[in-house]
Amino acid sequence: MSDLDRFRAETREWLEANCPAEMRHPIRSEADLCWGGRNWAFQSDAQKRWLEVMADRGWTVPEWPKDYGGGGLTPVEGRVLKQEMARIGARSPLTSFGISMLGPALLKFGTEEQKRHYLPQIARGEIRWCQGYSEPGAGSDLAGLQTKAEDKGDHWLVNGQKVWTSYADKADWIFCLVRTSSESKQGGISFLLFDMLTPGVSTKPILLISGSSPFCETFFDDVKVPKGQIVGEVNRGWDVAKYLLGHEREMIAGMGLGSGIGTGGTSNTLGGWLTPADPMLRADIAAFDVDALAFAAMSERFAAMWKAGEAHPASPSMMKYAGTELNKQRMELVIAAGGSDALEWDSERSNNGKAPRDWLRSKGNSIEGGTSEIQLNIVAKHILGLPGA
Amino acid sequence: MSLLTDDQKMLQETAASFLREEGAISKQLRHWRDTGCTDGYGTALWKQFGDLGLTGICIPEDPGGLGLGALESALVLEEVGRNLTPSPFLASAVVGTRAIEGTAHADRWYPAILSGEAVLTLAVDENKRHAPLETALKAERRGNGFVLNGSKQFVVHGNSADMVVTAARTSGSPGQAEGLTLFAIPKGSAQVETASLVDSSKAARLVFEDVAVDSDAVIGEVDKGWSRLSRALDAGRAGAAAELVGVAAGATAMTLDYLRQRKQFGKTIGEFQALQHRAAHLYGEIEIARAAALKAAQLIDSGDEKAELHAAVAKAKAASVASLAVREGVQMHGGIGMTDEHDIGLFMKRSAVLGELFGDVYYHRNRVAELSGY
Repeated sequence: MSDLDRFRAETREWLEANCPAEMRHPIRSEADLCWGGRNWAFQSDAQKRWLEVMADRGWTVPEWPKDYGGGGLTPVEGRVLKQEMARIGARSPLTSFGISMLGPALLKFGTEEQKRHYLPQIARGEIRWCQGYSEPGAGSDLAGLQTKAEDKGDHWLVNGQKVWTSYADKADWIFCLVRTSSESKQGGISFLLFDMLTPGVSTKPILLISGSSPFCETFFDDVKVPKGQIVGEVNRGWDVAKYLLGHEREMIAGMGLGSGIGTGGTSNTLGGWLTPADPMLRADIAAFDVDALAFAAMSERFAAMWKAGEAHPASPSMMKYAGTELNKQRMELVIAAGGSDALEWDSERSNNGKAPRDWLRSKGNSIEGGTSEIQLNIVAKHILGLPGA
Repeated sequence: MSLLTDDQKMLQETAASFLREEGAISKQLRHWRDTGCTDGYGTALWKQFGDLGLTGICIPEDPGGLGLGALESALVLEEVGRNLTPSPFLASAVVGTRAIEGTAHADRWYPAILSGEAVLTLAVDENKRHAPLETALKAERRGNGFVLNGSKQFVVHGNSADMVVTAARTSGSPGQAEGLTLFAIPKGSAQVETASLVDSSKAARLVFEDVAVDSDAVIGEVDKGWSRLSRALDAGRAGAAAELVGVAAGATAMTLDYLRQRKQFGKTIGEFQALQHRAAHLYGEIEIARAAALKAAQLIDSGDEKAELHAAVAKAKAASVASLAVREGVQMHGGIGMTDEHDIGLFMKRSAVLGELFGDVYYHRNRVAELSGY
């Protein structure tokens, strides 16, 4: 038996013994996710136990080093773990911006002290993070941000406002882009971490057209941040931000990854709505399904190429653009197939409003994380090398 | 999806440099078009395909082929598409070879295919739209053999092919899979009318009037030809998809070059965001079409039951992306794009013919719906 076979056997046995039965269903909705954090109310004992046993083993972040709370697995072992979890339908024990965004940035740019302090908290789901990037005056032109951090000797004094901060009202800490110099646009930005309980921090949820409020406005009014809480060098935060945006785009690109509409991928959303007797709608759905299955093939190929280092560094922008545009199109067809049922805001006919809400929410896909137009700019400049792009 | 192996990358590089140099538009497509070549391609170049082993890419190693599959064929076909190289590679080395595999006809024809002396093609369409199930060409038993009556069209290279794999109905009625039989019809049996297509390639309309063949002309089993025909068609669809990706990529590379050098209003037109966004969109679409084409090829090679679905996805996607690429190509070239002198229009012509071959976008979208049960 090879080492890998042994690892697979042990993993299978361990999961069998430790994954609670209630956690062996795929995530059905937002409500099933475990975000962790200081104020997290576990939805069940099983959810709590699952997080604890996985965190003890370092398997909330299987491929991070053991010293930082990870499992120290090789990428191949990580893949085996994923396969074995999928085999029994085990859901992810922890969903967190700490894992998907801040962690990778800290691993690349953080000091040893920062890694030892922050990463284990992320791995255990003890601290829930949010991301402070966009501002009212800095959306697509992110580097134009104006939130200021002044050097006051023993601390930074932060003043300004962020917007579109995901779950800021539920987060414990924020990783935030601030202006530490006005001499250069991109070269005057720093990457700062601080506690949301620091005096002067306040949040206000934004009600979206979909009826939910996953985003907030976040205000900083004379917020004092200790000096050691900058990641990377002062005025070099743009490097960290760009690196992290790459991760975010990969994540968002994955949203279009589900398969087609009629090919089973979102059949439960469709809820038997599709009437094949409508030939025009059927034709549009078939055209969409071709695009969706082709994009699914692209996602597989992209993942393999990215891992092997064969993908262009700017290719996540292409994936983000194509994946989000596809998802919007999917929702248009689903809502069309649902007819007037799908327009009921909170009845069973619309799956308790999921259909219209998901449709409306999808419109943000091609805005958040860099608009489609920004992604096309990036592809034109960095991949196609068009002049002046 | 696994990435290419070193061997596959080497084959890709070999095909790329061979076709860039020997298969270039000026040397092949324009040359044969402007000299009124009746075959529509150069036999000397086809011999060179043979020298590289490419005529036998899908023929097993035992009779001397390369023993490779749909994926390797796709790698070659993308380069064929990029250079618009006219050749019977898709019709003969991919589809024809696949149609006779594992039969006595393979023993009979493989050596001549390998050497480049014989070219095979497939005759399936009977009307202007692809509808293989609707095959009506009749093959009735008579004596020790069959007599064929009916007609075929859009038989690519059908005017010069040495043997035409012909789908005929031995029982049942149009619309039924049962009752279809494949026949090996040697050159000179049916009446041939050559059709010169928009891309300067040659296809044939074949008329069968009491064409008598022996029973050993049957390829595979009588009445049970549908699955063999489908496999050959799917190989052709995945192959055409890969060639279409090459056509799209070739046209787009040419267009991007133009955007980088053409000046108007005192700047290169590639600086205009209106064009940049369209070019960037196109880039993504070509990448996606390539992924779909390679996926279909891989599933065909592994004998996966989803191969049929993914061949339909690949053909539909690649045809629509190539269509977009050539339309954008001509538009972005402006007036020069409308001239015969410029090559960009040749991509538009090839894209149209390949898009139609073995089922167009609408045929394959419908297949995707049918195979998905809606």
